[in-house]
Amino acid sequence: MANVTLRNVRKVYPGGFEAIKGIDFEVGDGQFCVLVGPSGCGKSTLLRMVAGLETISSGEIDIGGRIVNAIEPAERDIAMVFQNYALYPHMSVYNNMAYGLRNRRVPENEIKTRVEDAARILELGTMLERKPRQLSGGQRQRVAMGRAIVRQPKVFLFDEPLSNLDAKLRIAMRVEIRKLQRRLATTAIYVTHDQLEAMTLADILVVMNGGKVEQIGNPLEIYQKPATTFVASFIGAPPMNLMPIEAVRAQLHGADAVPAEAGQLGIRPEDFELGDTVPAGGIGLDLRVDAIEHVGAETYVYGARQDVGHNDSLSATANDVIVRLPGTTAPDIGSRIRAVAPRTKLHMFSADGRQRLAV
Amino acid sequence: MEKSVVFNGKLLPYLLLAPQLAITLIFFYWPASQAIWQSFLREDAFGLNSEFVGLENYQALFAQPEYYTAIGTTVVFSSLVTVLSLGVALLFATQADKNLKGASVYKTLMIWPYAVAPAIAGVLWFFIFHPTLGTLARPLRFMGFNWNPMLDGTHAMILVVMAAVWKQVAYNFLFFLAGLQAIPKSVIEAGAIDGAGPLRRFWTIIFPLLSPTTFFLLVVNIVYVFFETFGIIDAVTAGGPAGSTTTMVYKVFADGRLGGDLGGSAAQSVVLMVIVIALTAIQFRYVERKVQY
Repeated sequence: MANVTLRNVRKVYPGGFEAIKGIDFEVGDGQFCVLVGPSGCGKSTLLRMVAGLETISSGEIDIGGRIVNAIEPAERDIAMVFQNYALYPHMSVYNNMAYGLRNRRVPENEIKTRVEDAARILELGTMLERKPRQLSGGQRQRVAMGRAIVRQPKVFLFDEPLSNLDAKLRIAMRVEIRKLQRRLATTAIYVTHDQLEAMTLADILVVMNGGKVEQIGNPLEIYQKPATTFVASFIGAPPMNLMPIEAVRAQLHGADAVPAEAGQLGIRPEDFELGDTVPAGGIGLDLRVDAIEHVGAETYVYGARQDVGHNDSLSATANDVIVRLPGTTAPDIGSRIRAVAPRTKLHMFSADGRQRLAV
Repeated sequence: MEKSVVFNGKLLPYLLLAPQLAITLIFFYWPASQAIWQSFLREDAFGLNSEFVGLENYQALFAQPEYYTAIGTTVVFSSLVTVLSLGVALLFATQADKNLKGASVYKTLMIWPYAVAPAIAGVLWFFIFHPTLGTLARPLRFMGFNWNPMLDGTHAMILVVMAAVWKQVAYNFLFFLAGLQAIPKSVIEAGAIDGAGPLRRFWTIIFPLLSPTTFFLLVVNIVYVFFETFGIIDAVTAGGPAGSTTTMVYKVFADGRLGGDLGGSAAQSVVLMVIVIALTAIQFRYVERKVQY
């Protein structure tokens, strides 16, 4: 029932620091939008601006067709789940969930129905009388979720809600959050620094860096066609191999077809395979195997390039290439391999990395 | 299993406890027991002899109408000072907790009154509100208000209450501010998103979370107001006019030091001691139960 639209939103702190440098995007009704970026990129600040916890220096935030710049958090019809859950420590689980409804003068019997419904969905039925300190981390997280859903808001805001949970619980809750949001069909904006969480949850992914949007789109599209080298290296683990074009010109089949303005070449680790023949227009790199990581279903090979001279102006990292191999078969450490990738799997960027070029 | 160190000797634990026990015994129990013993004695006018008189001092004390007046004065004085100093300090602390310009200067300045000795604070207030010399008494008179704490018992009470509150606010402020800063900001933000206005947030979230601090300060303030306000009363009004600001602790001093009735004075101290012990016990038993969260 609510679209969220940001139009040229900026945040300038009194000291003159510009945390958010003009952001535009729209989240459609019922969509799940994830803001992702490294720490300090402004994603949490942006979310807090949508919530009304931070003022908006310029631009507009529109929730459900209403510009909310000057509207108090309580009047914006949003619910937020905080990183540390922010439960009221002196209230029982029931009262934690009922608090927002009581403030809005919802009749007590209605509150009871809604809280009990939420408790059933979140499997908190037996814990309604407990205080937050008597709950485990995962249960507290669910109470925080419950507090948001009983309100039946127009928009859910999540500020890194899973980062305080252990890895296993995080994956379980990630799935729960996605299912719940689909079922309630409520628009959601979710902040995380975890690119895997971002990829799996998002309908729309907004990749942020330094207070600006690097790329907006659906997660797979962003993965397959990163708009900048920042997105290319941030989304995907292990990250995309990025190399200066000069360092691979000799290894590139049909190098003359490279656009003149291309400065950097990227290849995802999984797009390599081992082989002798370079596909037409593709690339072939000679590597010495330095390290191997077995993660079960796949194996990561860390190789150092042997086809460039050591006196080259390349930094050591640009000489290193990560190759993903399926299964558990791996070459020996110290052995030589040849990793090849086809033309369609190459990503080309301008020298400053700000622009993606057609290959 | 965690290994715990076990001392076999019986002596070592006592030796380790000895310094603390010695201090407690010499400086707390010995004077207190002296006061109790003294309360059963009567001294002659020159302090040369004393005889055991049993409960006579207590009988004389409770037969004095002045003593009941002093109890009444103490109740009024201590409730006013406790409520006002806690209330004002909480108000100041909530203001200082906001992110305002100059907040740190404000916080530092707020602490200063606590560094002023009670007697000196008393003298300051005495001069500021002196009916003929006082810098603030004159404007009061000028406005047609017949201010005279030297003659009017109510005015005198207002003055000592103000001085005592002024002195204690700084201390309470410090603890309240620390208490407020310990409340996670996100909990208050969650309250704001949950639709609670500033006042409702204060009473339903901040105040309950602050209750351990409030409880601690309540105990400390009651003890303060019973004993430590002595210096202020002595400097401002010396218990007058006509005993209207003579609290129980001031009467102990007045009867014992000034009146020379050591036995009666000691009996009063014992009564005071019993009252404070009882009040503190009640606070811990009943009030503390409600501050659990």
